[in-house]
Amino acid sequence: MIEATGLTKDYGAKRAVDDLTFTVKPGVVTGFLGPNGSGKSTTMRLILGLDSPAAGDVTVNGKHYRDHSAPLHEVGALLEARSVHTGRSAHNHLLALAQTHGIGKQRVNELIDLVGLHDVAKQRAGKFSLGMGQRLGIATALLGDPSTVMLDEPVNGLDPEGIHWMRNLLKQLAAEGRTVFVSSHLMSEMALTADHLIVIGRGKLIADTGVDEFIQGASKKAVRVRSPQADELRGLLTGTDVVIRDVESNVLEVGGLTAEQIGDLAGEHRITLHELTPVQASLEEAFMELTRDDLEFQASLGIGEVAG
Amino acid sequence: MSVVSFPHLEHTGQVTQLRVAVSEWTKLRSVRSTLWTLGVAVLLTIGLPCLFALVTKSHWNSMGPHEQQDRHPLDVASAGVNLSQLAIATLAVLTITAEYSTGMIRASFTAVPKRLPVLWAKLGVFGLVTFALMLPSVLIAYWASQAILGSHNPPILQTSLSSNGVARTVIGGAIYLVLVGVFSMGLGAIVRNTAGGISLFAAIFFVIPPLLNILPVSWNNAINPWIPDSAARSIFQLTHGTHSLSPAGGAAVFVGYCAFVVTIAAILMRRRDT
Repeated sequence: MIEATGLTKDYGAKRAVDDLTFTVKPGVVTGFLGPNGSGKSTTMRLILGLDSPAAGDVTVNGKHYRDHSAPLHEVGALLEARSVHTGRSAHNHLLALAQTHGIGKQRVNELIDLVGLHDVAKQRAGKFSLGMGQRLGIATALLGDPSTVMLDEPVNGLDPEGIHWMRNLLKQLAAEGRTVFVSSHLMSEMALTADHLIVIGRGKLIADTGVDEFIQGASKKAVRVRSPQADELRGLLTGTDVVIRDVESNVLEVGGLTAEQIGDLAGEHRITLHELTPVQASLEEAFMELTRDDLEFQASLGIGEVAG
Repeated sequence: MSVVSFPHLEHTGQVTQLRVAVSEWTKLRSVRSTLWTLGVAVLLTIGLPCLFALVTKSHWNSMGPHEQQDRHPLDVASAGVNLSQLAIATLAVLTITAEYSTGMIRASFTAVPKRLPVLWAKLGVFGLVTFALMLPSVLIAYWASQAILGSHNPPILQTSLSSNGVARTVIGGAIYLVLVGVFSMGLGAIVRNTAGGISLFAAIFFVIPPLLNILPVSWNNAINPWIPDSAARSIFQLTHGTHSLSPAGGAAVFVGYCAFVVTIAAILMRRRDT
């Protein structure tokens, strides 16, 4: 359980996190969504106490992270930026962290096997590929058998098999009753794994809702109508909320009316319909629509990836 | 890979200072830079006195009586300390700044979010390891250089550990190196940058002392004993003139400097974002 209230963080004149209030509940996978640079990583650092907030408060399982006597048992975290000494082997990296909590070598070896790093465990972590580094980060996060798992962009750099493995792992961790908090800037990834979404843009909370509600709430609902008598039909579709858009010749996209209403109208006036399809925005579109105004850097500036 | 079998931990212990120290010992012994710098420090501490002893022995008969009188066996025996302090200081700075440059510090502070136990553990483990290596090194350097000088016919520059101040001077070399390490680690924790930390150490120990010679002699004599370099040196210098502190006094002053630097480091470590 993570509880943030009015969480705010400034870096110089820039407000990275702006008055965030949310709760991450156990037993489900909560997706933490936002464009790059929207404050996701900063929020996670605030949760771990790596950065201190300018205002507001955040607790994990009822306490500040710093005040837990066995922190790795409370939260296991994978941060987006690498947090490994490049000259140390994966095995020794995990061992050193385990020893702070009196966790033994056997546990370290178990986790190395779990994430599939057995063959390279004695190699220097600096030689690891992005995917291997990510697996080491996940082993680090799970070391203390934490009740809350917090992962920043965990599928970054993983191969398709690794991504599949990660999705299963997240679902299983949530099914075991743990709190699972996963950030991503990829809506499609969240659609496959998350049950609940917390969406931020420019450090502000945009949505805190279930995945299904998110699509319905944010999406334009429309009906795609194909008819040889499209012009005739257009004249019949009246009402205060009705919006009609020409998609191509003889194809209309109608907002403000249901497929049933349009079908009935067409039937009454003996208008032939070749297609009548309710259209729903994809999760991706819903996300784009919600965060359009909040993109930190507009594409026109030519700035692409910005570290979250 | 359909189902991930996730192993559970039987029980989790709490973070204790001792456990953090064990963790820091693992960290220290598992990077190459430790092996290199400590290896160099041992080599210099023992090797340099042996080399100087050999040179002194072979040139002894061609030295004038004045020059022979100026030679002192402990100057030979402690010659390595002056150089090996660079290796020790480098390792001390690296032990902390490498965590910042690689990002490891985030993992360390996630495991130990109270942070300060990490600093105490680093200082303690580093101090113990340095002392455990440097004490035998300075003793071996003393005995080896004495043996070489003693093999001259007749034996030259002979002294004994039981002579006044000799044991203190020899062992003082090891204590000096430990304290220089503590001081440097504090500097590293303050600047959080390897190059910055080592430069700062070099500035305080190698650049500022000769600069004082520009000052009027009376000022220099008044200030010089109290700067970190001179105060620390008093610990392993045999002769103490009117313008230098006693061994205990110098040690006390330098420990004060170390405490000051480490306190600032601790306050900053506790407060700064990582």
